[in-house]
Amino acid sequence: MAAWPNPTQSMGKPTPRVDAFAKVTGGAKYTYDVQPDGLLYGMILRSKWPAANVTKIDITKAQAMPGVKAVILAGGEQRKVSFYGQELAAVAAATKQQALDALRAIEVTAEPLPFVVKEDDAIKPDSPQVADGPNLSQAKVSSKGDPNIDALFASAAAVCEAELRTPVQLHHPLETHGNTVSVQGDHVTAWSSTQGVFSVRDGLAGNLNVPQSNVQVICDYMGGGFGAKFGPGTHGGLAAQLSKAAGAPVKIMLTRLDQGLAVGNRPSSIQKLKFAAGADGKLLAADIENRGSPGISGGGKSAGGGGGAGIALPYIYHFPNVRSQQFGVTMNTGPASAFRAPGHPPASFGTESMIDELAVKLNMDPLQFRLLNDGDGIRQREYKEGAEKFGWAVKYKKPGSDPGPVKTGVGCAGATWGGGGRGSEAEAQINPDGTVEVRCGTQDLGTGSRTVVAIVAAEAFGLRPDQIKVKIGDTNLPFSGGSGGSSTTASMSPAVWDACQNALTALQTQTGVADARGANWTDACKKLGINPLTARGKWQEGLSSSGAGGVNFAEVEVDTETGFVRVKKIVAVHDCGLIVNPLATTSQINGGIMCGIGYALYEERIMDRQTGLLLNTNFDSYKITNIADCPEIEVILINMPERGIIGIGEPAVIPPAGAIANAVANAIGVRVHSLPITPAKVLAALGKVPNMPSV
Amino acid sequence: MKPSSPSSGFDRRTFLKGIGTSAVAVAAIQATAVADEIGKAAGPGPQGPGPVKFTLSINGEKKEFNLEPRVTLLDALRNFGPLTGAKEVCDRATCGACSVLLDGKLIYACMKLAIDAQGCEITTVEGLAKDGKLTPVQQAFIDCDALMCGFCTPGLVMATTALLQSNSKPTEAQIRTACSGNLCRCGTYPHVIKAALKASGQAVAETTTVIHHGSVA
Repeated sequence: MAAWPNPTQSMGKPTPRVDAFAKVTGGAKYTYDVQPDGLLYGMILRSKWPAANVTKIDITKAQAMPGVKAVILAGGEQRKVSFYGQELAAVAAATKQQALDALRAIEVTAEPLPFVVKEDDAIKPDSPQVADGPNLSQAKVSSKGDPNIDALFASAAAVCEAELRTPVQLHHPLETHGNTVSVQGDHVTAWSSTQGVFSVRDGLAGNLNVPQSNVQVICDYMGGGFGAKFGPGTHGGLAAQLSKAAGAPVKIMLTRLDQGLAVGNRPSSIQKLKFAAGADGKLLAADIENRGSPGISGGGKSAGGGGGAGIALPYIYHFPNVRSQQFGVTMNTGPASAFRAPGHPPASFGTESMIDELAVKLNMDPLQFRLLNDGDGIRQREYKEGAEKFGWAVKYKKPGSDPGPVKTGVGCAGATWGGGGRGSEAEAQINPDGTVEVRCGTQDLGTGSRTVVAIVAAEAFGLRPDQIKVKIGDTNLPFSGGSGGSSTTASMSPAVWDACQNALTALQTQTGVADARGANWTDACKKLGINPLTARGKWQEGLSSSGAGGVNFAEVEVDTETGFVRVKKIVAVHDCGLIVNPLATTSQINGGIMCGIGYALYEERIMDRQTGLLLNTNFDSYKITNIADCPEIEVILINMPERGIIGIGEPAVIPPAGAIANAVANAIGVRVHSLPITPAKVLAALGKVPNMPSV
Repeated sequence: MKPSSPSSGFDRRTFLKGIGTSAVAVAAIQATAVADEIGKAAGPGPQGPGPVKFTLSINGEKKEFNLEPRVTLLDALRNFGPLTGAKEVCDRATCGACSVLLDGKLIYACMKLAIDAQGCEITTVEGLAKDGKLTPVQQAFIDCDALMCGFCTPGLVMATTALLQSNSKPTEAQIRTACSGNLCRCGTYPHVIKAALKASGQAVAETTTVIHHGSVA
């Protein structure tokens, strides 16, 4: 089995990004920025109805407008549409303004149909049926331990029961979804803002019915994905068809409104949880029912949590007895997709909230209660390290005991994630002048993948990372899979290492230099003569593994007069195996915390019950965190090089919401049972205002 | 603004604000109010709707444009410049990714019509580094890893640059205020604060600890 060197020279050292210069000077070209000759601007006409029978789409006026080069339908003229924002037609024009004008000139005739956009409404007997099957899916049932779980609850020392809710969260990467596609005969070049260039290649090849080998997909830089950017998407297919029809490259980048409607979201959850513990503080039983909605993609006969609404309940703790059923709810809203740690943040919020409630009921410190019931050895250590740094022993007080009116509280929560990855290939080229180019068909979502390639190659050759030229983000490079599941670093680094080792061995054999690394590098490369040396490599067992944990400690301030919550401090403790670049790893954890704070306090897709439309369409009303929300953050990384590389993007986003919710409950002495924890909900929990009805 | 130069005389934000104050009126009155608003603001006379020739001064260079008056400065820079450093993200003044300097003042390029930027010196992120030499702000962003996907980075670099031009030693609170008009979905904010402190020559505390597994807790 392959192994990483020990000690290391480059791996594990804080390393600025090799592409940072391009990013701070505006030189980095994103898909949004590429402008091939003759580029046309594409835009999509979307359904303004949440449900309708479309009877006619008249594009003749649009076709005749100035600058318009192509107008196409997205799925036939007569069809049923099932959510606000579903694609109807697309135009390509010389300018954005002309494309907008052409969209407005398309005439759509439709008969509106009854619709439903709220989870609670969709399961009522008189609700309109959204798809072929019933809106509420069959249950996905699981159980373990004593089948007579009700008896356990009856005799337990402490029982807590609550309904906890989490909203639909929108990804909103700053660069919207989009592609620039150039179809020339049966050859295609596409620039894609994607987490998987090969998935876009295969999707476009299918869409255009051309060989996969005729399609090149490029993603040099991309502005974030968070799970929603795999494959070309409907919009990518439309760009391809427009390019084919117009005979010119077509760029379709979604508008911010489009982004909120049609290209994915984190499903909601409505968790009915009943947990029991014994007098010894050990968890006894969990009774779980969850209903979540992935929009139009749930429900029907797909067994429970269908379409991605299932979540990881009960989360991380050892319950000897469990009864669980999960359902998916179909409604007239855009489809869900993977979102950074799918199924984990809502499960963590629900479970961790109930864990704290049980601890309070048993008169135990919530941290001690966790240490008693969390069987994971690494997380046990992370709790202890974090508690020390955070000052938990001093800061934790009985719920609501801060006199206020601005009350401080603390809370904690844990996370688990698989990570790991395999299957990548890579290529290293050594030139006679000593320069090195390393190629791998992965992509850098902002996680720092390009820099990881440079660090691993530098380690192999005894060079500095900035001496390595890295080529990624292109399907003409050796295969690497999609960047999802926190698997990229674990998948590509072993392939890069293997390619570099093979290149180094070949260099040493060919030149007779026993150790060509470091100080001997330039002289050894000179001996290559005039031909560069190229070697391939692939993922090797032993350099990566899976299974990462993490914990957060949160300190918040709650203003009991305004209901406003401010996160003062987060201590995050994480492990991810061998840490390749602690600087970028810290950025990933910071980013997970900032997104987690948004999930805890601000973010919620709001659909209007009366019209079926999205109400918060841009960042003025769909609130993500900004720099003013940034708490004091301390990060502790447990480095475990002996485990190989695992991954960190997803575990970082899981625990903040649970830790913050617990800190809020600790501050004010009552619990807000639904995310986001808005001032209105805080004041309602305090009994100062009535509960807000849902929109 | 030179009186002879073509100009809309109003920007999208002023226009929307004007509409907002008359929104309580009934539809007919509202329509009149809109017309009045435009009339009051338009100055030298209506322009467009067809393309208008005008010149912008961008990063010290003059550039000719022939664009419809409705084209925003952001669209002009990106699609007709072509300077793609400023990013289009929200197109509604909510995210700051399109921030540029207009006569040294930080603005959102999506909220300014291109023809209204005549006579002003426009500085984009491409115009900061001279001869490949980065500014202290740009270098600090690199050193502190104050960027991830990098899509918000041009805007945050411009916002930080504008801050340091008016306040050479900002406090952390002042940095938070100055950069709060710039959104970042990757969550680089903690490192942006560090970068702004570092660029202004102030001490930056290390907040990450790496512990080797097996070492004593």
